[in-house]
This record gives sequence, structure tokens and C-alpha cells, in this order.
Amino acid sequence: MVSVLDPSGTLAPGAAAPLDDDDVLAALRLMKLSRAFDAKGASLQRQGRFGTFSQVGGQEASVVGSAWALDPARDWIVPQYRELPALLRHGYPLAHFIRYFQGNPAGGAIPDGVNILPIQISIAAQLPHAVGLAWGLKRQKKDAVVLVYFGDGASSEGDFHEACNLAGLVGAPVVFFLQNNGWAISTPRRKQSAGRTLAERAPAYGFPGVQVDGNDLFAVYAAASRAVSRARGGDGPTLIESVTRRLGPHNTADDPTRYVDPADAEHWRALDPIDRLERYLVQRSGDHRARIAAFEADVAGEIERALAEAAEGDPLSADQLFAHVYAEPPVRLARQRAERAQGRP
Amino acid sequence: MPVMTMIQAIRTELDEALEADPRVMIIGEDVGALGGVFRATDGLQAKYGDERVVDMPLAEASIVGAALGLAVSGMRPIAEIQFLGFAHQAFHQIGQQVARMRFRSQGHCAVPLVLRAAFGGGVRTPELHSDAFEAFYAHCPGLKVVMPATAYDAKGLLATAIAGADPVLFCEPLRGYRLVKDDVPGEPYQVPFGRLRIARPGRDVTLVAWSAAVQLAERAADSLDTAGISAEVIDLRTLNPLDVDGLAEAVARTGRCVVVQEAPLSGGFGAEVVATIVETSFYDLHAPIERVSAPDTPYPLAGVEDFYLPSVDDVVRAARRTLAGA
Repeated sequence: MVSVLDPSGTLAPGAAAPLDDDDVLAALRLMKLSRAFDAKGASLQRQGRFGTFSQVGGQEASVVGSAWALDPARDWIVPQYRELPALLRHGYPLAHFIRYFQGNPAGGAIPDGVNILPIQISIAAQLPHAVGLAWGLKRQKKDAVVLVYFGDGASSEGDFHEACNLAGLVGAPVVFFLQNNGWAISTPRRKQSAGRTLAERAPAYGFPGVQVDGNDLFAVYAAASRAVSRARGGDGPTLIESVTRRLGPHNTADDPTRYVDPADAEHWRALDPIDRLERYLVQRSGDHRARIAAFEADVAGEIERALAEAAEGDPLSADQLFAHVYAEPPVRLARQRAERAQGRP
Repeated sequence: MPVMTMIQAIRTELDEALEADPRVMIIGEDVGALGGVFRATDGLQAKYGDERVVDMPLAEASIVGAALGLAVSGMRPIAEIQFLGFAHQAFHQIGQQVARMRFRSQGHCAVPLVLRAAFGGGVRTPELHSDAFEAFYAHCPGLKVVMPATAYDAKGLLATAIAGADPVLFCEPLRGYRLVKDDVPGEPYQVPFGRLRIARPGRDVTLVAWSAAVQLAERAADSLDTAGISAEVIDLRTLNPLDVDGLAEAVARTGRCVVVQEAPLSGGFGAEVVATIVETSFYDLHAPIERVSAPDTPYPLAGVEDFYLPSVDDVVRAARRTLAGA
């Protein structure tokens, strides 16, 4: 397993940091924003103001490090549902994300020029989409790489196999970014596959697979950067297995006390990717302490502004059911829409 | 005007689409050197190259899922699903992903793609090659379902599907591929969705059908004609969009109606047609609506498929029941 930054925040012997301090600080701020939003979203869900919500907690280095390897102006992200900070870095507004979890379809709107597909709920279904997208961009000679997120549970789905198989065949410029967070709801990684690693499947599809320490921002970033370069250079896909751990529940409806061993949870909390990065930065320079301390109020303000923005806009309406089902709606649907608008006689 | 078989009409339209628009791609199993198991893509890979007519690995979900991604990237994919019975291995991609992508992205991610699939019985196929599964797909909001019965319509409806911005499931009756022949214009044309066709005018009873069941209804109409009964045959052409107004007008002309489908009875699209007519035209009806269909059994092995498929006699008897006491 590739590792660059150890849990004490110290670089491995002979290793160089792949990002400068300003970049690391920016990445840390995004990770802290994500952690703060986890708390806010769970709180809003408990108040009945948010729907069922999945937190990122514990996986911030994995999500942010991989997204950091992409160029938002030309590359694409095909997400699952636990990658908020990656979507934010790519330009998806936090207010849209909030609307989505408030149950407002308007949250699904993706601004022009933001290269992402909608959040995916059906496990692994986005993998063939990412391959088709990457293949199509390559066919049109666009200089673009697609990074697709999924989990250890998704690696058991048929769509994973079909997508990898096709990607290898057509040389799609795609990065399969598998976040092995230890759990598919309550099913542990060891019950998903008898294979030693998930990354080792890649050579069978004709492309490389690598396992990295997913709580190490530098290891993730370096592996993702290599995979992106490879794809951009026309050498096709890479599978990255980012070994991390979900520190919270699967979502706000889950109860991990029924299946998580407290000793295991404690072990992984000690490997918290945010703490690790803070230790690194403080070792680099004591001056960073103040900048890091300022992030707390800074990200809280950003979340409050996004919540206020999400509250603006058109009120929820029955018309939202009909607006984007077809480019050319069938007459029957047009009548159903008109009936809802006028009220049935 | 040249006479074409349905398969020739489809191949011609695919050829014209590839010629006209460099974004058009055909992907599917065996579509290249073989030209498809029914030859719908015969010679197209040789003409347009293996980057535009692509032999895919044998995996339906990724054929459909990749088509979605290709469409989002700006391509215009036409995916061949060899048989509709195999589309179940892509059902989650068709019903949940392709059909809903526009909706879920608030119109940002359009998915203009065509899924072509052969289906239907009467040609002694192995198991799972013949079932008429169209009702599953007509129940997926966001997906248009097109079911041509003639060579003319196959070409014109396929042209509309390829040019349109919505995803389309285009079901081709494999029994009709070579049996059905009619006049097809030499120049490009489109047949609009949601407008039924009067396949044969008549006064006494309306036979409503789609795809290969249209020819069955026409043969029944011939038989009824010899007994002095004038049957009108309606070809729905598209199940979604459904021509609800055209259907009401057709039923009003005769007041008697038989709905003919090749699929099993319960939950079939015929039930939707009957319900629609009851809503729009109840007071125009002089007799209960009849349904002719396959029984509620799995599609059987070939030796007994003639017992399974609806027959001309079944349609004639149903039509006569609607006229009893007239």
C-alpha cells in the first residue's frame, strides 16, 4: 500500500511533498468544510429539515486528494453520493447540494461549465456512464479525463466488472477511484470479496491497479495524479483502491453501534486524515497554526451563506415534477401537468 | 418508390444517419463484421470503420450505460440490444438511469440515444428470444417506446428517434424483418411519434394493435371482410407517447373495439389501451372492449408457440363477440 505521510504527519524517508503549503492549506480547509457540513447536515436531518444524509467523515483525504488531481476546467467527476468536497472543488455549488438533501429537485441542476454528472444513488450504476463519457470525450479528441467514485460494496456489482472490462478494451481515459471505507452499510469489506485486495483485479482488465493509504492526502493525490496523467497521455484507465474508513454511520438512518467494534473505531479515529494533515503543516511552520485556526469560523460562515442561498429561489411546486422528464413531452404528460396546475375539476 | 423489407429499411436509415452526422455511433454485440444477427448493420462497419460501428463485449448493462455516457459527452449513440429478452440484464440502466438522467439533472444532462431491440415470436427461436416485454418499458417515465409495424414506419420512426433529444427504446418485430415489405421513399423522411396510423379503414369494429400484431389484425380483417364485417385496423406506432386523441376518434367511428397484443394478458400494454378508451370514449361504446393476447404463461419452447401466440381466429372471434346482438 502506497503511503507518503505517516499518521504523525511525517513524510516517509526520502519522500517529497507533492503539494506546496498553500495547496495543502487549501485542501485542509476544504476537508474541514466537509467535516463541518457533516455535523450541520446531521443536525438538520435530526430537526426534520434535511432528508436522509450520508456524511464524508473519515474519508476527506481520499475525496479531496483525488479531486485535487483533476483540472475542473476540462476534467469530469462522476460521483456517487459521499464526495461533497470533490464536487465543491469542481464547481458544484454547496447551495445546490443542500437543496438536493432538502428534497428540492432544483438541487440536481448542474451549472453550465461544471463537469459533473448528478449524484448517483444506485450502487455502481455510474461506472458504465463514466466509461461511455470518457470514451466519447476521447472520440471527440477532447483533452479530458473522467474520475468516477464508488465504494468497496460497489466493486461487487456487475456494473463494476462490465465497466472495467469495457474501459480496458476502448482505452477510456477514466480513473476508477474505489474508496474502500471498510463498510457497505453493515457489511464489512471481507464479506464483499475473497480477493486479497480490490486493486488487484485491474490487471485482469488490462490496466494497472494500485492500493493507497486513503487517509494520506499526499499518497492519494500522487496516485490520482499518475492515473490522470496516464489517461491524458492516451494510456487508458487505472483502478485506485483508496483504503480509508467511514467514521460515522452509513447515513442518518443507520446505527453502526450494531456492527462496528469500538476498538476498531478507536483505531481509525486515531488515523483521522484531518489531524494528520494539521500535524504535518504545524511541523512545517508554526505560523500555519493561526491560519488553520481561522478555518473554523471561515467554513461555518460559508455553510451559513449556502444555507441562506438554498432557502432563496422558487418555492417547491407540483410543476417541478414535469419540467425535465422529456425534451418533447408526450401529450398525455402535458395534460397531467396542466391538470396539476389548474386543479382537477 | 422502392419496396423494402423492414430490415432493409432499418439498415438504410442507420446508413443515412451515420452518413449525415459524425456524432452518430452504432454499438452492440456482433454489429461489425457480421452486420448484426439480423443484418441490420450489414456492411456499415466496412463503410464507416470500427470506431463508429463498434462490436461491444457481451454485456448489456455496459452497452446501455456506456451509451448514456457517450450521449452526455456529445455523441449520438444507437445501441443494438440483440434481443429484448436480454435487455433485462440492462434494465436498471434503461429504466432507472437512461430514462431519468434528464429529470435528475434538471435538464442539464440530456441523453439522446436509441436502443434498438428485436423481439416477438413466430420464428422458432430459443428461449427468451421472443417475449413481448414492451409493457415493462412503457412504464418507465422518461423513455419513449416505439413499435413500428411496416418498413415505411420503421425507417421514418427510427429517423425521428435518432434526431430527437429523448431516449427511445425502438422495438423491432423479428418475424417482420423479412416478411414485411412496403414502399419506402428514396429520400429522408420522419414519421412523428404519438400519431397512430389507420392501417386499414373500416366501419363496424376497430382492431387496435402495434408491431407484428398489426399484420395479425389485418389478416383478421380480411377474414371478417369475407363475412361482410368491415374492420378498421389501428396501428399505434408508439406506446409512449400514446395517441390518446387518435384512439378516441378511432373508437368513436365504430363503437366496438378489440385490442390485440402478442404479450401475455395481465398487466400488458393492452390493459392501458383499454383503460384509456374507457376514460375517453365510454359513451361511444356499443359493446364491451375485447382483448386478444397470449395467455399468462412464460413464452414457451418453439414446438408449442403456435398454441401461445394469438391467432387470426382469436381476433375474428373477439370481433364477432363485440358485434353480437348488433
